[in-house]
Formats: sequence, structure tokens, C-alpha cells
Amino acid sequence: MAQQTATQEQKYVEAWKTSIAGDSPNVPDSIRTLRESAIARFSELGFPTTRRGNEEWKYTDVRGIASAEYGSLVPSPTNRVVTKTLDQHIMGGSVWNRLVFVDGHWLPELSWLPSLPAEVTVISLAKAMSTEPGLVANDLAQHASYQESGFTALNTAFLQDGALIAVPDNVEIEEPIHLIFLSSGNGDGSVSHPRTLVTLGAHAKATVIESYGGPVDGPYLTNAVSEFVVGPGAHLETFHLQQHGKQANHIGSKQVKLANDSSFVAGAFDFGGTLSRNTLSVALEGAGSSCNLYGLYMTNDSQHVDNQVLVDHAAPHTTSRQLYKGVLNGHSRGVFHGSITVRQVAQKTDALQMDKNLLLSDDAEADTKPALWIYADDVKCGHGATCGKLDETAMFYLRSRGLDEASARRMLIHAFANEILDNVGLTPLRVHLEQFVTSSLRFEEQQ
Amino acid sequence: MLEIRNLTASVGGNQVLNGINLSIQAGTVHAIMGPNGSGKSTLSNVLAGHPQYIVDGGEVLFDGVDLLAMPPEERARAGIFLCFQHPVEVPGVRMDHFMRAGYNAIHKSHDEEELDPIQFDRILKDKAKIVEIDPLLLKRNVNEGFSGGEKKRNEILQMAMLEPKLSILDEPDSGLDVDSLRIVAEGINQLRSPDKAVLLITHYQRILNYVVPDVVNVLINGRIVRSGGKELAAEIEANGYEGQGEALQPSA
Ligand SMILES: Nc1ncnc2c1ncn2[C@@H]1O[C@H](COP(=O)(O)OP(=O)(O)OP(=O)(O)O)[C@@H](O)[C@H]1O
Ligand SMILES: [Mg+2]
Repeated sequence: MAQQTATQEQKYVEAWKTSIAGDSPNVPDSIRTLRESAIARFSELGFPTTRRGNEEWKYTDVRGIASAEYGSLVPSPTNRVVTKTLDQHIMGGSVWNRLVFVDGHWLPELSWLPSLPAEVTVISLAKAMSTEPGLVANDLAQHASYQESGFTALNTAFLQDGALIAVPDNVEIEEPIHLIFLSSGNGDGSVSHPRTLVTLGAHAKATVIESYGGPVDGPYLTNAVSEFVVGPGAHLETFHLQQHGKQANHIGSKQVKLANDSSFVAGAFDFGGTLSRNTLSVALEGAGSSCNLYGLYMTNDSQHVDNQVLVDHAAPHTTSRQLYKGVLNGHSRGVFHGSITVRQVAQKTDALQMDKNLLLSDDAEADTKPALWIYADDVKCGHGATCGKLDETAMFYLRSRGLDEASARRMLIHAFANEILDNVGLTPLRVHLEQFVTSSLRFEEQQ
Repeated sequence: MLEIRNLTASVGGNQVLNGINLSIQAGTVHAIMGPNGSGKSTLSNVLAGHPQYIVDGGEVLFDGVDLLAMPPEERARAGIFLCFQHPVEVPGVRMDHFMRAGYNAIHKSHDEEELDPIQFDRILKDKAKIVEIDPLLLKRNVNEGFSGGEKKRNEILQMAMLEPKLSILDEPDSGLDVDSLRIVAEGINQLRSPDKAVLLITHYQRILNYVVPDVVNVLINGRIVRSGGKELAAEIEANGYEGQGEALQPSA
């Protein structure tokens, strides 16, 4: 068994040696060193397993990812992107700023930055490594530690490209920046490691949307890491839209650091993929900082969605909100692990966590595991979880007024999802999400 | 219009209806009175097709068609409307959206024109005036946070929009102040016509002074034990249900 596991990791180490270790001479030494230590760490950590008594991975088994025979472990840059795939992600017409990546590599011809203040840097990481070494050195891989997570180590080891957004002090960006990460699926299954770094200076303001997708059929793996660094008094709003194809696997890790009086919003929407596992880790490091984290996952068949939301109150007067909702059909499974840590210094913390699941079939399953670690005494902290089926009395009420069963179901499910969707103020995104919810409900009916 | 023959039904494992016989002609108003727990709401839920209420025996014909074989939405489309004793709150669904969806579903099933939101709103506003409902209330979630009286008037509004053939009103008068009572009663009377019928469940004679019934039925222990004219309501209000017991001849 151990030997087999070793081979699984070995595939990646070998691919790294042949393709990454000696790539383009433009890569600065600091990045080379970073990648070397990350691959070494990956060899030690390996892929996470449930059998190591690992609570964190109790409900999510990634053996399928570890053993998958992906044909293309280091996909080379490609221009070939299926227009139809890209079209499913485009929003905001010609006004939003957009960077498109395929297999982690930036595609300049599909990217477009019409509405950015001159002081703002939005650039591919590959380019930034040579043109903005300072920005890269300060923050890249400084927040998402690869020491504890095999997947983050793997992403860091294979770091070649990604998105860098740097907003200087007092600069506010009106229009969103939309990062679209597509997998080509080429070569019997591509593996990509999208990477995002966003830094906001003091009192800066920005909205960043990360979309993930790929071909409807065919296997591929996306292993993404994002770092968000929010300066004093700054405001960062982010969205995560996972619209992968049916056979895709997604591992994602987002690390957020919040300075004094800053605020952070994250909306997470998981619709596609076979297995997706998201870690969102927010450190409220500055006094008066706050975060609002909400999410909606809608699954069917044998889909598996796992959200790990880790909030660390490390300073006084900090506020956090977590509200995640799941709509689970077929024999799919939704996992939510929300943890709140309130450190001793973090007096006057105000923290709330809630997970609500709607089970549409007898075979669907929701696992909710809250964890509260409270070391301060003057705090307000609450959590809750619900899990239930559609309300039969409400169904009858709607049907008694002429709605057929399917429409009544749709109406109630949509109403359940609306509590999350109502947080989305950006109209094009709201419309996009509404369409997605509606079409996935149509799809459920046809089954 | 409606023929109920020897209907027995249970809910939650308890048999509640023990052989109901009732015949309602078009153009008439039937009142049903009966003590708490006698099965009035059970009867109305069975007629509207609530899946938790199990029919154990008997039959119900609506315009000659087997009503019990139809799912609730088909009954609604055939012209049956239940005004709920306890209207259901539905978080996240807007009242006017819901009402339009029901209206259009019913009209579509009759190959009639569906209305867009603007057309629908116009009619809705007019009818809301009749039951004195603030149109802003209809932008809120279905029954969520409505007062008791608002809920009842809102049920009457839905009835007025759908213009059902048979309106089953389960205590539309309970918990209403005098003005609301008058409004609700007027709403019911506006719908009276030779081709429509009303089944009005109540505990009080008061509403029957406004909506004058053709027949008053007394339901005790899941059976209709007595039927008579409107004066029966006054008698019950004066003397209670004592002596109305099952010893009396059940009416056919
Ligand atoms: N879901 C249920 N599960 C079990 N028993 C039920 C259920 N619903 C109703 N019952 C019982 O059935 C009987 C009849 O109830 P029903 O609601 O029909 O009475 P009612 O005549 O409408 O009374 P009221 O005047 O109080 O509205 C009662 O004893 C009630 O407790
Ligand atoms: Mg009742």
C-alpha cells in the first residue's frame, strides 16, 4: 500500500523534474528555490489520506485524485480554448476587466482590461516574475503555507503562471476583475495549478471574481491556490464560481489576511465537478476587521462538495459571518466544516456560523462539523446547522393554487437558494447565478 | 356540483372522517359547523388533496369526475380553491410572484392567456383594493410576517384572482376584527353566482349574517349529524353542540 502511494506521488515528482526544474531562464532564483522546497515538501507530505487519523479529511477521500492517470501533468501553454466553454463564464460585457487562463497559463489574446486606474497592476504572474520582482517577492507564497498541505505544496512546486493584482493605497477599482481559469482537458486529462495573488493597499477597494471551468466531459484536475492580502481600511469582495465539467476534480485553497479595519467578502458557488474541496482560511489580524463568507453548493448524482471555512479572530473587535447552504440531490454529498478560533487578545469578537442543507433525495447526505475554539471571554459567538427536506405543507400550499409539483419544487428550492443569492449585488453576476440555479433545477427534473 | 359519498379518511394514523355524505349544488352556500377536532379541516384538506390526509373509503365527484384521483394542482385547475385555516408561510417566495405563477398555471391549463407581470399587477391591484390589502404587502414573502387578519384577507384575495367554481373556506372569519370580517364576507359574496358554490366552515353565526347560507351542516366526530336552514346556526350558537349528538338522524 505504502509503495503504491509512493508511486502516485512519484509521478508528479518525475514530471516536475523533467518539466519544471529546468524551465525558462526568466524565472528568478527566488522562485526556483521556492519550487524546489515545495516539491521536496510535497514528497514528504504526499496526498492527504483519511487513514492517517486525519480529521481534516475525514469526509473527503482523495484517493481517486491521487491514483488518477492524468495524461498531462504539466500541460504546455495552449491557444486552443473551446469558445463554447469560455462563453459559459463571460460576464459583464465589455466593461469588466478579464484575464483568461488555460491550464494555468495566461492567454493575452482573450484578456482585456478596459477599466483600470493607471496605478493598478493586473498582470500575469509569469510576466510579473521578471517585471515586478518586488511585488512577487513580498507576498507570493508568503500567506498560503505549503508546509502543511500536500496540495498547496504541489501547486507551489508547479508554479509557473497565474494572476497578480496589486492595488495601491487609496485606489478604488469600480469595475470587477474577472479571472477565468479553464482547463483544456487535453492529453487525456490535464492537471493545472491556477494561482492568484491579490494585494490591496490601505483604503483600497476592489472586486475579484475567480471562475473555474473546463470541458463538459473528460477528466481533469484543478488545484488552485489564492492569496488575498487586505490592507488597513481596505475592502475586498471576492467570488468563487466553480462550474467544472462532470468528471473534473477541484482542490482549492484560499488564504486571506486582514489588516486593521479592513473588510472582506467571499461568495462561493460550487455547481460542477465530481469532487471539489475548498479551503477558505481567513485571518482577522487587524483590530476592527471583518469578513462575510457565504456559499451555495448544488449537487446531484455522485458529486461531492467539501467546504472548509476557517476563521481566525486574532485581534479585538473583529467580526465574522459564515452562511453556507447546500441543495443536495441524487446520492451526492455536501460537507461543511466551519471553524471559529477566537484568540485571547480578540476581545469583543462577534462571530456567527450557519450551514443549512436541503436534501432532495433519500440518498443525498450532508455532513456538518462546526468547531469553536474560544480563548477570550468577552465574545459573541454562535453557530447552527439545519438539514431537511422540502416542506410538505408549503408544497401543498403552492400546488393547491395550481402549480404543478415540479414548478412548486423549483420555486421552493429557488427560494432556499435566494438567501445566498441575495448577497450578490453585482447584477451581471446575479443574473448569471440565477440562470445557473434555474438550469440545474431543470436538469434535476429531467432525471 | 360536488357529491361526497360515505367518505372516510385518516391523518397521522387516526381515522377522522367516519362516513361523510354531502351534496352541494351550483349556486348554493353550504356552511359547516362543528366542535374543535371534529374533522372540518380534515374534510377541506381531503377535498383539496393534501397528501398527508389518507382517504380510506367513499368517493367524491366534482362535476361528475372522480376528484380523489386528481393531484392537488389538477383540482385547483378544475376550479377548487381552499382558503386555509392557517395560511402557510413560504420564506424566499414573493407573494405576487407566487400568485401569478398559480394564476398562469390555471389559465394555461384551460388554453387561456397567461399574463405578464405588468398585466397581472394591474388586475391584482384592483382586487387588492376590494379586500383592502396594501399592494406593498404583496411584494413580501408569502404570508411571512403577515398579521392574522392580513393572512385571511390575502387568502380571499387569491380566491378573487382565481375565481374558483367551488370555494372551500376553512374558518375565514376566525381572528378577524369587525371591519376585516365585513371585508372578507364581501369578498365571498362577490364571488357568489349561479354557477359557483361555497363551502364555508365556521364556528360563529356572525359571518353567516353577511354570507347567508342555503344549508347549515353540523359535523361531529367525522360525521354530518344534522343539516338545516340558516336558523340552525343560531340554534347552535345559543345551545352549543350538546344534544346535536350522533343520536340524531344523519342527513343524506
Ligand atoms: N397531522 C395530524 N396528525 C395527527 N392527527 C391529526 C393531524 N391533523 C389533524 N389531526 C387530528 O384530527 C382531528 C381532526 O382535526 P381537524 O383539524 O380536522 O379538526 P377541526 O374540526 O378542523 O378543528 P378546529 O375547529 O379546531 O379547526 C383532531 O383530533 C386532530 O388532532
Ligand atoms: Mg380546523
